[in-house]
Amino acid sequence: MTTSALTSAIRRRRPKRQTGWRGLIYIAPAMALVTLFFVLPVLFTLWMSLHKWPLLGEPAWIGLRNYTRMFTDARFFNALGFTAHYTLIVTMAIFAVAFPLAIFVEKQRPLVSLYRTIVFLPVVVGLASASLLWVWLANVDSGLFAPLFDVLGLTSGRINLLAKFDTAFLTIIVMVVWKIAGFTMIILLTGLQAIPAELTEAARIDGAGRWQRFRHLTLPLMRRTMALALILSVTGSILAFDQFYIMTSGGPQNKMISVVYYIFNQSFVSFNLGYGAALSIALLLILVTLSVVQLWLLKVGDERP
Amino acid sequence: MRTRREIRARKALWDRIAYHGIGIGTAFFFLAPFAVSFLASFRPNSESGRPPLPPWPISGMSFDAYRALDSFGAGIWQHMFNSLLVSIGTVFLTVAVSVLAGYGFSRYRFPFKNALFVLIIATLMIPFQSILTPLFIILARLGLNNSLVGLMLVYVTLQLPFSVFMMRNAFDAVPKEIEEAARIDGARDLKLLVRVLLPLVMPGIATVSIFAFLNAWNEFFAALVLLSSNDNYTLPVLMTAVRAGRLGAINWGAVQAGVAVMVVPCLFVFLLLQRYYMRGLMAGAVK
Repeated sequence: MTTSALTSAIRRRRPKRQTGWRGLIYIAPAMALVTLFFVLPVLFTLWMSLHKWPLLGEPAWIGLRNYTRMFTDARFFNALGFTAHYTLIVTMAIFAVAFPLAIFVEKQRPLVSLYRTIVFLPVVVGLASASLLWVWLANVDSGLFAPLFDVLGLTSGRINLLAKFDTAFLTIIVMVVWKIAGFTMIILLTGLQAIPAELTEAARIDGAGRWQRFRHLTLPLMRRTMALALILSVTGSILAFDQFYIMTSGGPQNKMISVVYYIFNQSFVSFNLGYGAALSIALLLILVTLSVVQLWLLKVGDERP
Repeated sequence: MRTRREIRARKALWDRIAYHGIGIGTAFFFLAPFAVSFLASFRPNSESGRPPLPPWPISGMSFDAYRALDSFGAGIWQHMFNSLLVSIGTVFLTVAVSVLAGYGFSRYRFPFKNALFVLIIATLMIPFQSILTPLFIILARLGLNNSLVGLMLVYVTLQLPFSVFMMRNAFDAVPKEIEEAARIDGARDLKLLVRVLLPLVMPGIATVSIFAFLNAWNEFFAALVLLSSNDNYTLPVLMTAVRAGRLGAINWGAVQAGVAVMVVPCLFVFLLLQRYYMRGLMAGAVK
């Protein structure tokens, strides 16, 4: 009896002692870092975007002129267009590979975890490393693909994959699918495994075929997971930079300049820091909008059983 | 009866062959680029410019490619040291900061607690690519421009949303009774955290560490922008110089060697700590 009285006394006292400012001491280092290296830079970007900000010399206030300049900047719209195009194609390609893979590795069978691990391996290496590896593979003289296709008789002579937009684009897509598909596969796999086996079993007893079960049972139940995988793929692709910088240096006739690449060029090659900041704000708004859509999509997924 | 069983057995056999056929084909596609590049990196200079058909060295194994890689920048050991310093520093700082914050968010009540937690998580929404210019300027003001420490601090900040989230959940999962017992035994605050709770949240720390290591080791864009002198380049930035080549000629052997140097630690760390990596991935996915 005394023991229980003691514990309940402790229980009663504890919240009182823990309310207050002590907890703030524990989170202070994290808050300091986030403030100094995230909140402050975001505000600073906003401030810079309202200036003409050269690398050397005094910044000059120009109001919204950086933003109006954006709307007449054809190269910016090219970058936006290219990024959208890339995002669309690469996301479809990743799903087209990752979904069958997820279904393939879903059931427990001998060696299945080995297959999962192998498909996942490229995910843990850097995009920069992957780009370097593939730019060599795609090189016309010293690489693998051109000579191999030539030897196999698929092409007459060696073709330079990275010299033309279409083939260079295709090479990059294949590289990114190789690099990312394992990640999307694992995300989709968690969704597949969350579907109760009894449901699939019941549908089969009711006479639903393989395709029907997939179309009317698996897909609707995976809505939430697919939304997540989709958003991760889309946001990742919009921010693409490494592969274009390393593999094609902006591509044949500068056709492969993504939005981040364009911001990089404006800020750190041409040193239009103010304009670069305005472009960054535009990118930031696009991404925040997408995140809001993401939350909404996931909510919609929640409402369904 | 017997024939039906035979038919079924045969079907199962074909099914297995088809399954592993697809499996081996898939594994080949995902492994081959690593294998080709790794094997090719041991070809002597005389072969390194030729297509990797076959990829392995024909006239004996050689470390020419690695020697060639060493001739770039400040030498490969220096750049490996830079990358390791940044990555391991990021791991330790991330763990220290996120353990403290996770504990604070899990066990204490204080003003604006939820708002501050959401603020940390919300930084995930904002791409760091869009704030690099101010980061560059702020680091310069702090005297940390072109510095590995500055880069490390940026990486730690980028890791925080995921890490604080992970550590808060890890502390939430520790029963309060353990803490109360320790309190009665006289352990308080930091002592309680280090002696009693830390061993209990080790799996969470492992997850946070492996993600911090891989992300810092592999990061390219921030390093490219924030590091300006040759001596400080991390491996991915050094490799852009190797990839650009000298006098218009690219030493592909050095590129292969560089890829091996960058990729092998990642694969090693992942295979060693796969369980913790997947846990982190699932936690992120479920959230």
